[in-house]
Amino acid sequence: MSNLLNSLLVIVLMLNLFALGTSRIASVIRTVAMQGALLGALPLLLHGHASSGAVLAAALTIALKGVVIPGMMTRALRDVKIKREVEPLIGFQASVILGALGTVCALLFAGRLPLAAQHAGTLMVPTAVATVLTGFILLITRFKALTQVMGYLVLENGIYIFGMLLVEAMPLVVEMGVLLDLFVAIFVICIIVNRINQAFSSLDTRRLASLKE
Amino acid sequence: MAFFFIVFPLVLAGLAALIPSGRWRPWLLPVAGTLHAVLTCAVLARQVPTSSTAWLALDPLGKVILLVVSLLFLFCSYYAAGYLRMRGERPNRVFCVCLLAFLGVASLAAWSRHLGLQWVAIEATTLVTAPLIFFNHTQRSVEATWKYMVVGSVGIALALLGTFFLAYSALHAGLEASLTVHDLVQHAPNLSKPWLHAAFVLLLVGYGTKMGLAPMHTWKPDAYGEAPGVVGALLAGGVTSCAFLALLRAYHICVAAGESTYVSRLLLFMGLLSMAVASLFMVGQRDMKRMLAYSSVEHMGILVLGLGLGAPALFGTLLHVVNNGLTKGILFLSAGNIHRAYNSKSTEQVSGAMRRLPLSGTLFLVGFLAITGSPPFGPFISEFMILNGAFATGRAAVGALFLVLLLIVFIGMGATVLKVVQGRPSFAARGTPYRDSVLTGAPMLGLLALVVVIGVALPAPLAALITDAVHYLEGRP
Repeated sequence: MSNLLNSLLVIVLMLNLFALGTSRIASVIRTVAMQGALLGALPLLLHGHASSGAVLAAALTIALKGVVIPGMMTRALRDVKIKREVEPLIGFQASVILGALGTVCALLFAGRLPLAAQHAGTLMVPTAVATVLTGFILLITRFKALTQVMGYLVLENGIYIFGMLLVEAMPLVVEMGVLLDLFVAIFVICIIVNRINQAFSSLDTRRLASLKE
Repeated sequence: MAFFFIVFPLVLAGLAALIPSGRWRPWLLPVAGTLHAVLTCAVLARQVPTSSTAWLALDPLGKVILLVVSLLFLFCSYYAAGYLRMRGERPNRVFCVCLLAFLGVASLAAWSRHLGLQWVAIEATTLVTAPLIFFNHTQRSVEATWKYMVVGSVGIALALLGTFFLAYSALHAGLEASLTVHDLVQHAPNLSKPWLHAAFVLLLVGYGTKMGLAPMHTWKPDAYGEAPGVVGALLAGGVTSCAFLALLRAYHICVAAGESTYVSRLLLFMGLLSMAVASLFMVGQRDMKRMLAYSSVEHMGILVLGLGLGAPALFGTLLHVVNNGLTKGILFLSAGNIHRAYNSKSTEQVSGAMRRLPLSGTLFLVGFLAITGSPPFGPFISEFMILNGAFATGRAAVGALFLVLLLIVFIGMGATVLKVVQGRPSFAARGTPYRDSVLTGAPMLGLLALVVVIGVALPAPLAALITDAVHYLEGRP
């Protein structure tokens, strides 16, 4: 079980690097959708048994992270007629290297945090931290509003991975709250993305520079 | 009781969405504000056992925050009715719905004794306040809302990770993972230390972003600068207080775990850094609303600093939450009126506000004196208590730095405020239609009266409320 889980987590880590390395916004969206869907399946694998609650949570997560949100993003992308992230703050190769460095740091950091016996030997914590770092890199170095939203989603994915360690101990209500909040946040961000496009005729957040000291 | 507090503003929000008339809809706000304030007074008088394991219960800390939010909303709701009457040209459905929803979710944040639930409530305050910042639909407000959403959501996401870390620290120690405040405080000494440390850092950064601590404050000047004055007041006094409550909970758990040295160092550093950054940006600031935003950064720094000083400064810190909330109300509401009269918030166009708007101009000046800690206003008392705490704990250097930064802020803020209120109003400003009315003037006077009362003679019930909260934080019965 632990082997299968760890191989899935390695795929998640590779998807992180792929999201950092591509310039096409559509493929960033697809990568993050794939990551989200994979993560939705995690709780089932983690516990090995399928109670109706766990299946429901998994189905909901896959639907939200894998279908609904990417669908909304793809539609927004089609509406604004842009394809590529041009001129990021640091280049695509450089950000892949940065992401890899972040992953190494996450492994080192996670080594210092002791794990409970039932989670020993899994890559959950380093993957979670590395995914959060990837989200940060996307948020900081990309200028298209859509890519920044994807960065936020990757960050959320990292937190979700960590949440899986607690899925048995935490009540379903909180989990639902988390998912609901994720959805509402993305929804509002989507509206703003539309507004930015209407008001500035562009989705480039560098245009948003009239407010500064 | 808890459900009523949370549900009735949301029901009124639904009602506001259904009312077709933009003229009558804003009057729901004062109704909600008054009802909420009356209920708050009733519920504050009741003694609730602090050992409650319920998810929703009002402990002494929650009471202080509920009081601030309720009072501030009460005055802001009357002001908002007056403000929206002047802004008849703009549709106000979303504005009213979001203001009422804010009251509901802020009450939820004050009532929740479950860290997950509290996180949901604070995330909800971000969501419902974003459309409020966007009220004017200008390019600049799009930019401010975007920054508010992105920075706020990232911060709140980190706070969620911190909450998970906290739960894991219990799980790792072999305890039943629980996020209720009661359980966490009860089992605090047994929590796994490395996880607890990491959790506190994440919670400090996450909720610190929501409070606007430096260096995560970048959204604040933009959001406060572009939002209508009444929204600025609720953000600076309400949303930040809710986020501070979440930080208080984390502090409470860490202190109960015997980690007060570790958290003190972090809190003192963040507090002084925020005050220093705010004072730098306040000197030479030409935009009065952005200046108020930096003042808010400074006061969040003072709160965190007071928390870092620990026991001797806790009373002052909690009192300062109340003082800061009420005084920020005066400042933002009067700044909003001045903005309306001059159609500008830059000192290049705004001068002579005391002649053009005798009430708002004077109150802006008085609010400045109050927030910078001049007697006889409330903030003087609370800042003095925090300063005393610094010397009482033997941290003379922190105390001295605190005083120097307060002085720089006083000079920097004073220069901007004096430019606004002194001199002669320009010809263009004299021709604008805005005049202070009862609805836009009286709420400021009400807030001022409270700030003066706290400064002159601290009311016994308030003192008892805060003493209770301090005892609760220190783990005394």
